[in-house]
Amino acid sequence: MSSREKILAAILANQPASQPYLDEIKTPETAADVVEEFKIVLGTIGGTCCEVADLNELSVELNKKSSAGERIISTIPEVAIGGNDNWREQDPHLLENVEVAVIRGHFGISENSAVWVTEELLHQRVLPFICQHLAIVLDKKEIVPTMHHAYERIAQAEYGFGTFIAGPSKTADIEQSLVLGAHGPKSLTVYLVG
Amino acid sequence: MAVFEGKKHPDLAQTFNADVERVDWHDETLWWVRKKRDRAAYNILDWELLRNTASAIKDDVLSNLHSYLQHFEAKAIKNGITVHWASDAAEHNQIVHSILTESKISLINKSKSMLTEECHLNEFLKKNGVNVIDTDLGERIVQLAEEPPSHIVLPCIHKKKEEIGELFHEHLGTPKGESNPQALAAVARTHLREVFLTRNAVITGVNFAIAETGEFVVCTNEGNADMGAHLADVHIACMGIEKILPKRKHLAVVLRLLARSATGQPITTYSSHFAKPRGGQHMHIVLVDNGRTRQLSRPDFRNSLKCIRCGACMNTCPVYRRSGGHSYHNAIAGPIGSILAPNLDMKEYSDLPFASTLCGSCSNVCPVKIDIHTQLYKWRQVIVKEGYSTKGKSAGMNVMNFTLSSPNVYNMAGKAGRWFLKNVPFAVNNPLNPWSKQRDMPAPPEQSFKEWYKRNRGK
Repeated sequence: MSSREKILAAILANQPASQPYLDEIKTPETAADVVEEFKIVLGTIGGTCCEVADLNELSVELNKKSSAGERIISTIPEVAIGGNDNWREQDPHLLENVEVAVIRGHFGISENSAVWVTEELLHQRVLPFICQHLAIVLDKKEIVPTMHHAYERIAQAEYGFGTFIAGPSKTADIEQSLVLGAHGPKSLTVYLVG
Repeated sequence: MAVFEGKKHPDLAQTFNADVERVDWHDETLWWVRKKRDRAAYNILDWELLRNTASAIKDDVLSNLHSYLQHFEAKAIKNGITVHWASDAAEHNQIVHSILTESKISLINKSKSMLTEECHLNEFLKKNGVNVIDTDLGERIVQLAEEPPSHIVLPCIHKKKEEIGELFHEHLGTPKGESNPQALAAVARTHLREVFLTRNAVITGVNFAIAETGEFVVCTNEGNADMGAHLADVHIACMGIEKILPKRKHLAVVLRLLARSATGQPITTYSSHFAKPRGGQHMHIVLVDNGRTRQLSRPDFRNSLKCIRCGACMNTCPVYRRSGGHSYHNAIAGPIGSILAPNLDMKEYSDLPFASTLCGSCSNVCPVKIDIHTQLYKWRQVIVKEGYSTKGKSAGMNVMNFTLSSPNVYNMAGKAGRWFLKNVPFAVNNPLNPWSKQRDMPAPPEQSFKEWYKRNRGK
């Protein structure tokens, strides 16, 4: 008997009788102002929130950095970086020198300031982790109150990889002292538009 | 584990307790984490409903594990993931090693996985010529110190920054005396970036796996699992069979509970959902039993399999906080470790269910409502019945049984006890009585309650 069969047989013999179980999860009470809550929580987890009318200013600023020799990658057309390279097709290891990455988020969650992104927004899975600084562009209308609402939104969506990003990479492993920028981005800025 | 040299909890705790200042600091640090957990929990109006829901979901998982695991397997295979099954730690280690051998890879990196600690994977791979670097900062620190983690969420919570500075000086070339956490973390960042960029295989743990979709979720704050996984050509994810959830939407419940219970954060920085391998990448999942089906067969203890590894029971435990994670000589320390370990090896871990005051704080903070302290109490009975309790404890229990079974003996023993405490206190305040280690026995009362009652109310 293979290990698979052995394990499955042992489970079948030992698992307790099924109990009636409520499949419906009660959706909780929600914050009155999800945008306000999102901004407050993001601040408490080390991120920065910028409410902007459009992305022109960000675009100008990043192009300046790019001209100065810093590697900037933007996945969104509103922030077009002059002389953009063929990063989409590159070996992901070569993204190691990316200073700033700009990506779009599908939606945010106000209770924890997490932003849902999937592979098709990233093109390269490693991009939001390997960059030194991360900027996420989010439509102000796309903020839901809780994780329950988030999974209602995601529903049966197909993706190869998806992740919630909540703040910059961090560690507190040395005497519980918070350090931003453990392995991933040292800073996270969420640009709320609309 | 070799480092513990077969010592048991009381001895290991005594070693930790030798440094009073460190014990106080350890105690306060963990209590501070516990308080952060409380604040996060109080912010959720429906916290208790959330705990009940999580508990019900996990009950459902245990009752339907047979079908959920097969659903998960079928979906994962359809998604392009290779699924392996391991009956025990040895088979798990063999499977991981054979994947690496096939890929001709001998340098790998690994994010946090308590399962691989339980299976002693690192030691096994090292013996077989594979070099593993742990990439969670806390785990890297204890790896450099050649110690196991002392806490499942905060692996080097027992270490002072000066000690970490010394390790980094020795291994990573930081200036002698450097102990600033910012500076040390920056050096670790550079060191581990090099590891991510040069090592072609990664091992990650699994926080949750979804039967409905075949995807698995890995949560980190540092981003180390993602850095490893998205750069490596081979990704091996190791999970205990109990990590299954029926549906994707159930993640909402457990992800709301996990980080709040663990560290008081509203969610971990990254909650990554791996559904399919990246183009050209090989993704493997190893489903491990290693005693879990045996635990499933024990009605009194199967609830321990509901654990989502948040560590809240450790942070709140008065014994853990004052004895340190290493005193549990098991991959998982604290109250939850003490109810999981006897299932792995009842003789080896027969001491752990006794390393508790049974105060119940663990059960009160558990996000999936495991009756931890009740199970500790029940394990004690099983261990004594099976003959695994220490000789001293068994002898004491027999005396207790004899005394409490007979009113005459009980009355006499009470009198004798009061006489000894009053007239020859050194007979009880001595090294043979472990209760007098850090305290003197109290002054004896003049009479027993029974005697007092007879005199005052008896007529």
